[in-house]
Formats: sequence, C-alpha cells, structure tokens
Amino acid sequence: MDKPRVDELTGRETMGHDFDGIEELNNPMPRWWLISFYLLIIWGIGYTIAYPAWPMLSGATAGFLGYSTRGEVVADIQAHEDANAALVQELNAVELASFDPQSDLHRYAVARGSSVFRAQCSQCHGSGAAGGIGYPNLLDNDWLWGGDLESIAFSIRHGIRNDTDGDARWSEMPAFGEILEPEEIVTLAEFIPQLPDADMESPGGVLYIDNCSACHGDAGLGDRDQGAPNLADAIWLYGGDHDSLMETITNARFGVMPAWGQRLAEEDVRAVAAYVHALGGGE
Amino acid sequence: MSDATDNLYAAREPIFPKRVYGKFRNLKWAVMIVTLGIYYLTPWIRWDRGPNLPDQAVLVDLAGRRFYFFWIEIWPHEFYFVAGLLIMAGLGLFLFTSALGRVWCGYTCPQTVWTDLFILVERWIEGDRNARIKLHRANWSFRKARLRLTKWVVWALIAVATGGAWVFYFADAPTLAGQFLTLSAPSVAWATVATLTATTFVLGGFLREQVCIYMCPWPRIQGAMMDDDTLTVAYRDWRGEPRGKKSDPNAADCVDCNACVAVCPTGVNIREGQQLACITCALCIDACDDIMGKLGRERGLIDYLAISDTEREKAGEKPTPAWRHILRPRTLTYTAIWASIGLAMTYALFIRPDIEMTVAPVRNPTHVVLSDGAVRNTYELRLRNKHGEPRQFGVHLNGDLAMRVSLEGTPYGTVEVPANETLKLRVYVTASAASDVSQMDEEPIRFWVEDNANGERAYKDTIFNGTGRLQ
Repeated sequence: MDKPRVDELTGRETMGHDFDGIEELNNPMPRWWLISFYLLIIWGIGYTIAYPAWPMLSGATAGFLGYSTRGEVVADIQAHEDANAALVQELNAVELASFDPQSDLHRYAVARGSSVFRAQCSQCHGSGAAGGIGYPNLLDNDWLWGGDLESIAFSIRHGIRNDTDGDARWSEMPAFGEILEPEEIVTLAEFIPQLPDADMESPGGVLYIDNCSACHGDAGLGDRDQGAPNLADAIWLYGGDHDSLMETITNARFGVMPAWGQRLAEEDVRAVAAYVHALGGGE
Repeated sequence: MSDATDNLYAAREPIFPKRVYGKFRNLKWAVMIVTLGIYYLTPWIRWDRGPNLPDQAVLVDLAGRRFYFFWIEIWPHEFYFVAGLLIMAGLGLFLFTSALGRVWCGYTCPQTVWTDLFILVERWIEGDRNARIKLHRANWSFRKARLRLTKWVVWALIAVATGGAWVFYFADAPTLAGQFLTLSAPSVAWATVATLTATTFVLGGFLREQVCIYMCPWPRIQGAMMDDDTLTVAYRDWRGEPRGKKSDPNAADCVDCNACVAVCPTGVNIREGQQLACITCALCIDACDDIMGKLGRERGLIDYLAISDTEREKAGEKPTPAWRHILRPRTLTYTAIWASIGLAMTYALFIRPDIEMTVAPVRNPTHVVLSDGAVRNTYELRLRNKHGEPRQFGVHLNGDLAMRVSLEGTPYGTVEVPANETLKLRVYVTASAASDVSQMDEEPIRFWVEDNANGERAYKDTIFNGTGRLQ
C-alpha cells in the first residue's frame, strides 16, 4: 500500500490505492455509522446463536431460544381452537331441529362443516357435493333417508350399510334377476319411468305391485324409513335410462357409507350436517 | 498507523445554527405550525357516521381493515385509492423538485420540521449560537448538566407527544388516551409510542443533518429531478467575489461575514455552490439579506436562482421571470399527470356505488336437477353494507317468470346485512321443468338488489346454466 497522498483537485486524501492511474478519494463514514455497523455485526452473531440459523448436514442449528416456525403454527392453531372452544360447546349443545339458520353459530357450523366435507366427504360425494353415479347428489331436494338436519346428522353419524355401527341405516333390494324372468324385467324397466301416473292394470303395473310396491310404495314415491328411492321423480342414483334400470333391477345396487360418528368428533358431525343441509336441498 | 485509524471514520462536526429573521424564516415558522398542528390535532376531529361506525374523522382501522377519511371510507378492495394517493405524493415531489428544488426537504419534511422545533428548544434553553458553542466546549459543570438535562427532558416530552399522536391515527383517540392514562393500553400501542419516541428524540436531537446526508435516499434521487431552469438557493458569485471587507475597494459585495454558514442547519457553505447537504431551507437568504440591508447593498446576493440565468446575469441582462422557470414543459407534464390521477380518483370516488355486490355463479356443479325435473343454479352473492346501520336488501331477478329466486336459510326474499360488513349469501335460481330456460345451455340473467328502506338499487349480470338439451 502506498502512502496516502492528497489529491490536488479536491484537496482530499486518497485511499492510497492506485488502479492503472485511477485513485480513490477517501470519503470516511461518520462515526455513528461505523458504530452501528459493528453493533449490527455483533447483533447478527448473537441472532444466529439465539435463533435457528446455521445449515448442518441434516437440518440446521436450533438456536438456544428454541424458536421454530412450526411451533408457532402449532401455537396459532391452538389459539384458534381455544378461541372457538365456546362455539364448539354451543354447537354440541344446540337442538338440531330448531337450529336457527341466521345465527352466527349456524354460520360457524357451515364454515367448519365445509372444510370437514372437503377433507372427508368429497372423495365420494364430490368437492361440489354433486355426487355421481352411485354416490348421492347432496345438492338436490331428493333424500333417501330424510333431508332434515337431524336425519342428515343421523346418516352421517351412523353411516349406511356398514358393519361397524349397529344403528347404521340399512336396507337391501333383492337382485330380481334371480326372482323374475328376463322378459318380466324388461316389462318392469319399461313401466317404471311412467310412474307415478302409470296404468297399474297393465302387465308392468301388476308386476310392480307384486314385487316393488312393498318398499317403493304403490305410486312409486319411495319410503324414507327404509331408504327406498322415489321412482317417480327426476332423480336417479344409478341412472334412469332403460339399460341402467335393467341393470339395477337385475342385480340390485346400493352403496355403503362409513359411520362417521366413530371417526369424527361430534361437533364435526353436526357441522357437516349443517353444511350439507345448507347446500340447497335441506328440508 | 494513527493515520489509518483517523481515516476510518469522520467525526461529526457539531453544528450550532444561529437565530435568523426574515421572510423565509417566517414562512418556515408558519409551515411548522400548520404541519405540526395537522399532525397533532387531526386524530381528535370527530365525524358522525352512524351508530356502528367509528366517529373519528381520520382513522386507519387495521384490525377492521377500514380507512376512514372524513366522508370517505376505503375498504381493502379499494386500496387503489391509497396507491393513487401515494403515486400523487411521488409525482408531487417530482413537480416541486423540478420547479423549486428541494422545497420539500427545506420546509415540510418531518425531519426538517422536528429538527427545527428541537433547535428552537435548544436555543431557548441554552442560548443562541455563541452561547451554545461555549457550552459545548465547556467542561462538565452543574450548570452545563442542568441545561443539558432540561433540554433533553423537553425534547423527550416532544418526542413522547409525537409518538403518542401517531398511534391515535390507528385507534379511537379519546379511548386510547384514557387507556394510556389508566395504564391499560395495548402493548403494541406502548411499543409503538416507545419506538417513535426514541426515533424522534435521536433523529431530531442528535442525528439531525446526518439523516439528510447519510440516511435519506431522496437527496440522491433529486439530482435527476432538477435541471438548469430549477429555482434553487444559490450564491451570485459574480456579484460576491472576490470577497473582502466593506472598506476594501477591490472587494465585491460579499464581506465574508459567514452569516450564511452560521445559520445553516446542515452546516453548508452555500458559496461553494449546489451540494448534497443543502436542503434549500433558504435561511441563508434571510441571513445574507439582513447583512446586505445593513451595509446598504442590494439584497439577493444569496437568492432563489436558476443556473440558466447565471450567464445572463453575468452579462448584465435581466434574469428570466420566475414564472417562466416554473411554467415549463417539464413541470406542466408533471402537473398534468398529477392532476389526471387526482381527477380520475375523484371521479372514481363519486361514482362509487352505494350498494356493492358481487355475484359468483357456483360452477361445481353448474346446475342441479331437482326431483320434479326443475333446474337450479346456485350463486354466491356478496353484499356490502358501507353504512353505519344494518340494511335490509331484497334480491330479485328480472325477466323470465319461469325462474324463481330463493335465499339460503330464509323463506323470505330479503336479507339483513349488518352495518359495515360484507355478507356472503347463497342464492338459488330455479327454472321450472317445463320452461325453455331449464333446457338451454346458458341464458343471461340479471340480479337486482334493492335497499328496502330507500329504494336504492344495484344490479349484476350473470349466466344461468340449463341442462343443454335444447340448443
């Protein structure tokens, strides 16, 4: 390093570096700036000791304050659950038959149910709750086992045709392929779409009265007590065209739903019931 | 070695600005009173908005996500108003800098205003420039300690008031003031006050011009805003040089009295020309005019000048009038952009609908067939009530009689939206099985929302999806 010299033009000292004849003037920083600079370096070292910082082979140094972002999230979730504890208690106590749809509690239940539905129910019923072939559409106003809030909650809690809950909704249609002749099934499949104003004296009507009306009713309006579908409406779980009806009558089809009361907390069962009930078809 | 250590930093040259009298000093006092008055008093202005809204005229409600400004209420989705104001503030700075140099820095910058206030206190307690220099050089004594302590206590009180006023913009001022008095204010309020007290005390009392020279980015940018026509504080060196005593026949007007340096709050010698540290506060103009007046010489040795006039003045010509420096394409362009943004925002503010609604058709699924074959579409309506009272809104559909509207959770066609809230509402539109609409692919429809109390209406167009069997 050359000795600093004074630049003639500016009258200022140079840094003493010479780069191909170009020299740098000495513009020293103020003292407070320099002190802040060193203090921040010390602060930075302290920070990397106190907080997670240095990358290691697996993970990083934890820092002696024990801080972690994951821990912060856990605390956040806990704080929200604590804040909602009173609402959850209220939800578990509320009389479903008289649940006020304008109340804040109901809004909370629907919001909570919506997220539980997306996680637990959407796999079969669809993320928009529109269902599919064999999986009921929860948006329409046709309900196999009842569409009021209590019935929906019961269906969710105990499930449909499962072996794990003694109170599960249960009904089974026989496979008529083993009972009726193929021609008779064709006749029935042609008769059923004419319900409810069909000619009961016709061969199809006679077959219907003999084989189907015990569950589906004389006019084909179904029976919610045993989950027998309404055959006179526009909604068909397995399809309403001739081929689908042939298949359904011949082999019988029915779905299964787990007893969610065994998997979800009571408040979540109630929340999902409130959500489903508020999708437009609730009674 | 000692050389190298000395070069590591530049110790701060203490500055002791002298009291000055004159028109620019008076202007600066006025600006100080107005700006500080606005800052300290604004949170206490009341403005009635109804029972469910705050009655503070200017309030930034962070928790409630609202910004209240007298009759204007800004919701988060209208943040572009705030963005527009910030753009206008930026362009305003460009405009004023290109026309008048660093007037913002010299007159209205909070750093300048508070430093000015702190220097006022300092002068009041410790005396003017010479007394302060003497005190600064004196050894510590009881008197020095007493004066310093008094000064710091007054500074600290101003700093507390400054930090305290800031938090009143973010909460109801009387309530928060009561909470401060009963020591029950939220900890974030205490922390904010403590931080701003500390920054005001340190920046106004000790760092002062260091903020302008080393911390603030604005002086670095301003060079690009100024040109040869910009009016800025400058020294008429052709009139002043060579300097000399009044009696010296060879000397020009400058008597080298150093008054301009003594009054400068950033310690600049303006006679060296434009420089980074000069905030163009114009106090040197007052100081020099005073001396020139006493000497019976023409005032304006230091003055607001444009570089483009120097050659003219040296040649003995009259300078270009000030208005021609200020009204030139550059400043007019800035003004035009600035004004058009302002006009556009004012226009947008006035056409803001009183009822705001959004309609989002639910597309998962697009439609549902009901048991009687009717087709139903679902829409999510968001109704915004900006009033201080709850409002009843009726939801209707125009056009096709085959379509019915129903609202989720209520048999009625009306819904109450609480004050100052947005309500999300599921709305169903059902087309009967026999109707054409239910069989079409899609059909435009229009939602009307009406305030039942005063008949104000708003509409939103959307689409009804049918089964698509009829094309």
